[in-house]
Amino acid sequence: MTTTTPPARAGTSTTRKVVDTAQYGFAGFLALVGAYTVYDASGIEPGFADQALHPATFPYVFGVVLIGLGIALAVATARGDVAEAEEGEDIDLTTGTDLRTVGLLVLVFVVNIALIDWLGWAITGAFLFAASARVLGSRHPVRDVAIGVALSVGTFYGFYVGLGIPMPAGILDGIL
Amino acid sequence: MDLLLEGFSQALTPTNLLFAVIGVLLGTAVGVLPGIGPAMTVALLLPVTYNVEPASALIMFAGIYYGGMYGGSTTSILLNTPGESSSVITALEGNKMAKAGRASQALATAAIGSFIAGTIGTVLLVALAPQIGPLVVQLGAPSYFAILLLALLAVTVVLGSSKLRGFASLFLGLTVGLVGTSTGQPRLTFGQGQLADGIEVVVVAVAIFALGEALWVAAHLRRKPLEIIPVGQPWMSKKDWRRSWGPWLRGTAYGFPFGALPAGGAEVPTFLSYVTERKLSKHPEEFGHGAIEGVAGPEAANNASAAGTLLPMLALGLPTTATAAVILVAFESYGLQPGPQFMSANPTLVWALLASLFIANTLLLVINLPMAPLWAKLLQIPRPYLYAGILFFASLGAYAANFSAFDLAVLLVFGLLGFAMRRFGIPVLPLIIGVILGPRLESQLAEALAISQGDLGTLWSEPVAIVCYLIIALLVAWTIINVVRPASRREQDATPTSETREGANL
Repeated sequence: MTTTTPPARAGTSTTRKVVDTAQYGFAGFLALVGAYTVYDASGIEPGFADQALHPATFPYVFGVVLIGLGIALAVATARGDVAEAEEGEDIDLTTGTDLRTVGLLVLVFVVNIALIDWLGWAITGAFLFAASARVLGSRHPVRDVAIGVALSVGTFYGFYVGLGIPMPAGILDGIL
Repeated sequence: MDLLLEGFSQALTPTNLLFAVIGVLLGTAVGVLPGIGPAMTVALLLPVTYNVEPASALIMFAGIYYGGMYGGSTTSILLNTPGESSSVITALEGNKMAKAGRASQALATAAIGSFIAGTIGTVLLVALAPQIGPLVVQLGAPSYFAILLLALLAVTVVLGSSKLRGFASLFLGLTVGLVGTSTGQPRLTFGQGQLADGIEVVVVAVAIFALGEALWVAAHLRRKPLEIIPVGQPWMSKKDWRRSWGPWLRGTAYGFPFGALPAGGAEVPTFLSYVTERKLSKHPEEFGHGAIEGVAGPEAANNASAAGTLLPMLALGLPTTATAAVILVAFESYGLQPGPQFMSANPTLVWALLASLFIANTLLLVINLPMAPLWAKLLQIPRPYLYAGILFFASLGAYAANFSAFDLAVLLVFGLLGFAMRRFGIPVLPLIIGVILGPRLESQLAEALAISQGDLGTLWSEPVAIVCYLIIALLVAWTIINVVRPASRREQDATPTSETREGANL
């Protein structure tokens, strides 16, 4: 049946359905958040006896609605609803999603989170910039690191001098 | 009037003037730069609120807002890739003009139109804000609850094509707003002490706007460079002036009221302005090939709507656009709560802010006309550096809130959510508005019910509340009709819009 209907391309509802399976994941996420919200609400006590609005009321409502929305999105997905991904100046949607780049950026972020208390922003910030630039396709390692260091040390002193806020210096405490 | 003059004397101090200049320059720069918009910029700059005077910071943010609105048009005209949804319409005719060698005139009519619309819009704001203030103070909790409900619903159903996705975004935001402590008990804190005070709205805003966007772009980075049309000094001939002034004024008339509506924004008025100008034009044949009216009208409309947006924000504490939402976060981080009583309690601040809008507008014109060629050069910044820079400043902004690595983890989690939302076409604005307004919705309802001692009838005991519920009923009915309407009718209706969309994305 798919071979016979080239002209009806405009109305996706009539032609063969394209099911965006990844969207089930987001629907599941919505339902999960809703379910956890309801579960969390079930443990909330009324608070004060004379209180008209129970502190669990809003969580119950939001949780149930989220579960409903998750189900609705799953149904819509099964019926062939396809998401309109966001467009932008630097975005080329014709190529697939480059999950490798995203994964590497997340990794850079995690390293930053893990090390920031120990090494301090002046070091991890520079790493964050240089590593992100590298992941995003820059091929000038020396320049990347130089800009990164300039930015991180610059913002460190910018906060200290300009805003009067001392950032935790980490391992460089006493040097910066 | 005295108050306004006093506002000017406040806003014209060297420090505040400097902040206004910085704001306007930054705003234009980010409007021009792909990938960053005014909402993201204000979000990234929220750390300055920790130590800069409220007036100075807000003056800078206002400059960014106005500047961003204008800067977006430069990209639309020179690149035909509108970064802001408010500039989509500008790209239709603006880019055609640029291709026909009239980039200078397109930029000029956009700049002057923005100035005129922004100024008229600000005058209206100055005239209306004090009138609305006393009215708003009389509103009780039931009315306020109804207004919040209306605003949340309107933002969700009026904008965006998929209502289902709008609601998904809204309720995720409302749920995020629940995190924290209520009546001494933890709610949705996952047993984390750091969540007891709720999730920092700053962190959520930076994550959703900046990190989510940067990750999304990273996954789809355009590998071949965009084609940029070279530009000289903006100027207009007498004929261009004659053809521009009508659209400027009509665009302003559309823009301001829509900006002031709970779900107005700039998209609808720019579109209406475009359609009107195409109808009224003496040169209808030029539309689609670079008609100056098609740039002048929508550009005026989007700047006027920016001014209009500030009216509900100052008077009611209701943000109607992403940028206004983030500016509201800035107010809140100063412990200021825009809304009833805000204007009478902080007259100096409010009037300095209003005065600074006039200054920002004038600065925009003075700075941008001569600097247009320079702004165009900004488009050539290497993309790895641009997006690495956004990631860097996003982390800094989130980290600076408390200097805790925990906030960075929250940033990453919400950044990934922002990424997923862009992938699945979920609008981000309802989420942010939900996070901000959710707690207020609950506190207003609690207050109303406490006063009535639990009697639900109190909710429709005030006329303003009843009006709001009527509008809500209409909106719901309209949404339902749209959803169940036969698919064949919908296709017919869709034809003209899909046409304009193709034009915008060429």
